Order: sequence, then C-alpha cells, then structure tokens
Amino acid sequence: MKTDKQRIVITGIGLTSPMGNNLAEFRDGLLNNGSGITHTEIRHMGVVAAGLCKFDEAKYQPKKMRKRGTRAGAISIYCTNEALLDSAIDFEGIDKNRVGVYLGITEHGNVETENEIHDLYNTHQMDVSLWSHHHNPRTVANNPAGEVTLNLGITGPHYTIGAACAAGNLGIIQGVQQLLLDEVDVAFAGGISESTETFGIFAAFKAQGALGHHENPTLATRPLDINRNGIVVSEGGAVYVLERLADAKKRNAKIYGEIIGYHSNSDASDFVLPNTERQIECIKTAIKKAGIEINEVDIVNMHATGTMQGDIQECVAVKNIFDGHPNVHVNATKGFIGHAMGAAGALELAGNIPSFTDGYIHPCKKIENLDPQCAVNNLVNGEKISHDVKIILNNSFGMLGINSTLIVQKYKE
Amino acid sequence: MLTNEEVRTKVLDIIADIALDDDVTGIKDEVALREQLDLDSMDFLDIVMELKKRHKIEVPQEDYTRLASMQSCVEYLAPKFNAQA
Repeated sequence: MKTDKQRIVITGIGLTSPMGNNLAEFRDGLLNNGSGITHTEIRHMGVVAAGLCKFDEAKYQPKKMRKRGTRAGAISIYCTNEALLDSAIDFEGIDKNRVGVYLGITEHGNVETENEIHDLYNTHQMDVSLWSHHHNPRTVANNPAGEVTLNLGITGPHYTIGAACAAGNLGIIQGVQQLLLDEVDVAFAGGISESTETFGIFAAFKAQGALGHHENPTLATRPLDINRNGIVVSEGGAVYVLERLADAKKRNAKIYGEIIGYHSNSDASDFVLPNTERQIECIKTAIKKAGIEINEVDIVNMHATGTMQGDIQECVAVKNIFDGHPNVHVNATKGFIGHAMGAAGALELAGNIPSFTDGYIHPCKKIENLDPQCAVNNLVNGEKISHDVKIILNNSFGMLGINSTLIVQKYKE
Repeated sequence: MLTNEEVRTKVLDIIADIALDDDVTGIKDEVALREQLDLDSMDFLDIVMELKKRHKIEVPQEDYTRLASMQSCVEYLAPKFNAQA
C-alpha cells in the first residue's frame, strides 16, 4: 500500500492546441466533432495542412522577452502559467527552489536555425557577422523549460526531455520520478512542440511519403481509415502541475487524477518503423506497474498518427492485449488536431481526463472507411459514448523506436 | 549630412524596436538609457547589431560604453552616419 507521499496526482492542467487554448475548449472540440486543422502557407512547401495554435502570446510574457525567445518558449510559458492558475497554488508562498520544470520535446532549434540560414542567404548576403547573438540561447535544448523558469522566477531544476513523439508522456514521467525522489515539491511537466514553424519537418515527411493531404484540410489526416495518406504536423503544448498526494491534500487541491503507472522502452530495430512486440511489452509493463487488471482500463488512447504501417502495427498491439476485455474502449486524437509531436502524449491525455467527471469517452474523428486491420474492439468512432471512466491508458511512440505508456486513474482516497 | 536630431531619430527607431514594453517617447537624452528603460546587456548587443544591419555602422566592443545615453549615442554615432553620406 502506497503512502500519500508515494502517490503522484495531477492538480493543474494548462494547454494550447489547434482546437482550443484551455482544457474546456479542447474537450468541447473532441466531444462535438471539432477540427483544428487548416491549410496554411509554409516556406518552401507552399500550402499544406497543419494544426496551428492561436493563444495570446502576450498574456503572460512581455513583448521583448517573446522577441528574444522562441515559439517553443512562448508555448511553454503560456501552458505553464495556465496550469499554475488552474492549480490555485499560492506561488508567492512556496519555495521556488523546490519547483521543477520538465518538458518533453520532439526536437528543438530547427526553427531558429532555419530562420537564421534563411536570412543569411536571402537578406545578409552570407555575412555571418549578422548571425544573431540570440541563436545559442534560443537553440540550446533546455530553452523551452528555461524560458519558463525565467518567466516565473523558478530556481529549481529545469530541462527538456528529447523523446521524439513520445516526449509528452516522457515529460510527465520525469516529473513523477523527480517528485518520488523528493527532488522537488511541485513539478511542471508535460510536452510542447513548435514544429509547424519549420519547413524541414514537412519536407521530410513528404519525402518519406507520410505527409497527410486532402483538399479539405480537416480530412488531411485520417488515422485508422483505409484511405489515410499520412501525418498532419501540428504545434501545441500541455503542461501539468504534479504534486505528491500528501502536499495536494494539505492545501485542499482539486485533483484531476492520479498517475498510477507508466513504462518506456526501446525497439532497437529501426530508425522510423515501429515494433509491435516492443509496444506490447511497453503497454503490458505499464499495466503491471500500475497494479491493475487489463479489464479495469476504460480508455486506451492510441498514438495512431495516420500512417498505414504505424496504425496497423499499433492496432495489432492493442488487439493482442485488450481483445476479450469488454470494458476497454479505444480512441485516438490526431484526426481532430493532427500530430502535435512533442506535445502529443501530454495533450491527448489531457483531452481524455475530463472523462473522469463528465462521464463520456470522446470518439475518434469520424472514420468513414475503417481499415479492417485496425478494427479493434470497442473503437469509439465519430460519436462520444457515455461510460463511467476510472482508468485511462495513454500511448505515445516515436522515431528511433521509443515507446511510452502512461496510466492515470480517477482520484480515490 | 544628417543633423543630430535625425541621428537621434534613427537611434530611437532602433531602441523602440528593442524596448518593446517601454514608452520611449519621453527619453531624457542626458540620462543613461538603462536608468530609464528595461534594457540589459543582450539589448545593447541588439542595438549594435541593428546599427550594423540597418545602417552598416560598426561599433567595436571597446566603444559599447559610448551607447550609454541618447546624448552619448548621438555624439558617437553622428560622425559615423555622416562618414557614409
């Protein structure tokens, strides 16, 4: 039996997504067939489908600091401040040395490097003396988390966790671990991505034959649909306030849920292609660590990016574990908002957390022609369903073979 | 030939684009910029960089202190602007 100091709970959520700038807006879109995907002009690419966030950058950040910093930093600062407000922590009254910032990122620095090289070739006639002195602080890998500490005066640890598209989950896992190690009392943990500001990610997915497209941008990514043609790149962020239950109780905090299990492992098999066997191991180990039975899981939120092989292999893993367990329902998020990369895991988990209180499971964006190889049991397709949700299992996988599973339980004493 | 007022305007345009959260209209020329505006060392590097980008004026590191106030900026930069004319 765990003590309250060994139980980690979520007491605040701040997010920006292509479909809303707080949890209520995001949830509304998921329950009511929203979409955050539009056509937009990307340098060198022309018009492509993408998921862009429209939060107010100036809400928590002075204009000068925004100009000095990065879009990744701006997303991180917005989400963290929103999470802090949501948590109702008396921030002035706590020890800032005991606050940590742990943010998952797919990559960082591509945006700033592309911009500098663009200016070098197009504006500065190859004069490298005009290369910005801001380049290094903007591109160091800890930038997004570091900008948060500057913004909020946090003097505890900060760093990012580079974990491709599993990074959102890994950021949360890092926060949990640091709390359990008693390194901090409050962890701001989650994932962020500003990938839509770099043409390189679009060009690379296109070269790989994996960039989703459709004349109607809301149909450009269709995970699990036989007619899908790839990924839509999106930006976004989700930051959680995590605390030990003992501390949350002491200040009578609102508790969204408890992180009861997680796991992460590596495929060790391919740069890009997923590995079903390792995914199965990851999910099963997380369930074992959580100390629950498979049929206790109410929602499995799939990674499901809208690529043929990725979708099919994950569905094989999901069927292998969850078939024959009638309580388990399956959904996916990327049909609504695209693939928010380093934010995906944290953002998609956030979209499901209101299930604990509103009693719905949000659907997948309507799949018109389900790929028979993706016909998992209890797939929630197109219409939300009512269900008494107590446990959410969230998958996020990434390139270089990184898998992560996070399990969150409705709070109970 | 630029007048000192015209040089001042060019410097003020740069400062306004850097001190984005400050009102730069009431700057006192003889008082240090740092005492009136929220400027740090990175901002002064930005001023140096913008002088180079916009006006091709080089400010060597040993002369950075000459940018301390608006008055010293104009005194230091006017000959450089006019050397280009």
